[in-house]
Amino acid sequence: MNRVLRSKKDWAQQIIFLGPCLLFFVIIVLVPFALGFYYAFTDWNGLDLDKAVWTGADNWRKIFMNDDKFWESLIFTLKFTVISVIFSNILALSLALILTRSLKTRKILRTVFFMPNVIGGILLGYIWQFIFTKGFSTIGELTGLSFFQLPWLGTPSTGFWGLIIVFIWQTAGYMMVIYIAALAGTPKDLIEAAQIDGARPHQLLRKIYIPLIMPAITICLFLTTSNAFKMFDLNLSLTKGGPGTSTQSLAYNIYAEALINNRYGLGTAKALLFFLAVSAITIAQVWVTKRKEVSA
Amino acid sequence: MFSQNQKYRTTLLIVEVAAILLGILFLAPFYLVLTNSVKTLKEILIDAASFPQIFHWDNYRNVWSAIDFPQALWNSFQITGLSVVLIVLFSSMAAYQIVRKPTRFNMLVFLLLISAMIIPFQSIMLQLVRVTSLLELRGELYGIVACYLGFGMPLSVFLFHGFIKTVPVELEEAAKVDGSNPFGVYFRIVFPLLMPIAITVVILNTLWIWNDYLLPVLVIGGNKDLTTLPLAVTKFFGQYTKKWDLALAGLVMATTPIIIFFLSLQKYILEGVTAGSVKG
Repeated sequence: MNRVLRSKKDWAQQIIFLGPCLLFFVIIVLVPFALGFYYAFTDWNGLDLDKAVWTGADNWRKIFMNDDKFWESLIFTLKFTVISVIFSNILALSLALILTRSLKTRKILRTVFFMPNVIGGILLGYIWQFIFTKGFSTIGELTGLSFFQLPWLGTPSTGFWGLIIVFIWQTAGYMMVIYIAALAGTPKDLIEAAQIDGARPHQLLRKIYIPLIMPAITICLFLTTSNAFKMFDLNLSLTKGGPGTSTQSLAYNIYAEALINNRYGLGTAKALLFFLAVSAITIAQVWVTKRKEVSA
Repeated sequence: MFSQNQKYRTTLLIVEVAAILLGILFLAPFYLVLTNSVKTLKEILIDAASFPQIFHWDNYRNVWSAIDFPQALWNSFQITGLSVVLIVLFSSMAAYQIVRKPTRFNMLVFLLLISAMIIPFQSIMLQLVRVTSLLELRGELYGIVACYLGFGMPLSVFLFHGFIKTVPVELEEAAKVDGSNPFGVYFRIVFPLLMPIAITVVILNTLWIWNDYLLPVLVIGGNKDLTTLPLAVTKFFGQYTKKWDLALAGLVMATTPIIIFFLSLQKYILEGVTAGSVKG
């Protein structure tokens, strides 16, 4: 193994091949991230970016003692994450199970279900703002169904479920593609053997399919958990955190604290907590599902 | 046996019909946006479900000039194109160096890149505003591209790293014996072999950068000449007055390019998504 760089030529190669990547990564990601550990203890504000006076634990005291909205947004984000992860994965897996059967339209349906994913969260949120506020009310008038006549996005709970619906609509197709690839890799003879032995569909799913595609489930749960917990674009364009601040996600709360209230230092401190929460949740989730993979 | 077969076919037919209905439900929002984008504001407010009586193309003409559509499209195109090409180039070179020269330093770099994938954008963005203004990257095309290069490196290096590990080193050694230098070896022999994973890297980064919102707001925000499509459309969504006729036409115009991109490359995109997600 070549563990040390020996010659000048080796050095030139190292700098040319690794240099650009390292340069941009350090300047754009590492340095700002590290600076956060300093700014989180200052009164840095958006009006004068050059000035940041050390204020010790002030920001932290504010967050832990005197910031109900931050903790409300944490609860909101946790609720949103749990519900949207469960529903989007159930829908994605169901779609994948259906579209791996010999349907005539399966190719075109894969394209259809994936489509929402190529449009970004901002524009999707705007599209659904129209659907919820104008489309739903028209459909409600025509059909008389009370579901469509609810004041969509106008109350905390319709705002919450509105975000859930759009998140699932956006995410399910992406996860479906991953599940389809995993299902295509399951050995046919094993499934046929189980069918001959008289396994019912739900037994087939629980005892054969799910253990076999456990790696894909780990990936999809990881991706949906981290996307849901970090949800921002959708939040901004669909509900703007409202009505009031009732549908503020953590990411949105940080954004509002810094870019609307101009309290950059406080925002940085919150963002640091946010980073710790994201790490804890995703690492715990991968650890749990990985263990299932081994035992399966 | 015959009846079993028949039963199977009937179930399959029911499943197929249900799947198609669900597909229509998935597309319904696009349908509503499309049909309403050619109505007048009054028609939209009276009845959002009906098919338009007259196609009111003026909405599109008005949006075209109101947001300077050609300029915004070109900006999005430039920013995405430049960033993606450079990400592929720099991340593949870095991954190659890490795989072929696994020194302790290079392994540390790799570890840092992978760990950084978990950092949420919010934990970087405010300090990034400071760093980019210090380095005079704000409001500049090269500035926003530099940001995308930084954020794009972790996943892209990771994907190339996994792929290059499977490329046999013997191919390169033969070329080295022939007297090629490392760069010749890389660009003539290794890089062409990386095409399958390079396509994945291009697709994942294109979808992300094209649709990105918050980073451009922070880094090019003040410079109207660099406004991208998602930023331009935001203009129609003020808090109080909603000009839905213009907003919907704007939404159609802003989403059309990426939908065309998807439909023309869908085979690669669906494969790329799978390849991009299968990680440790």
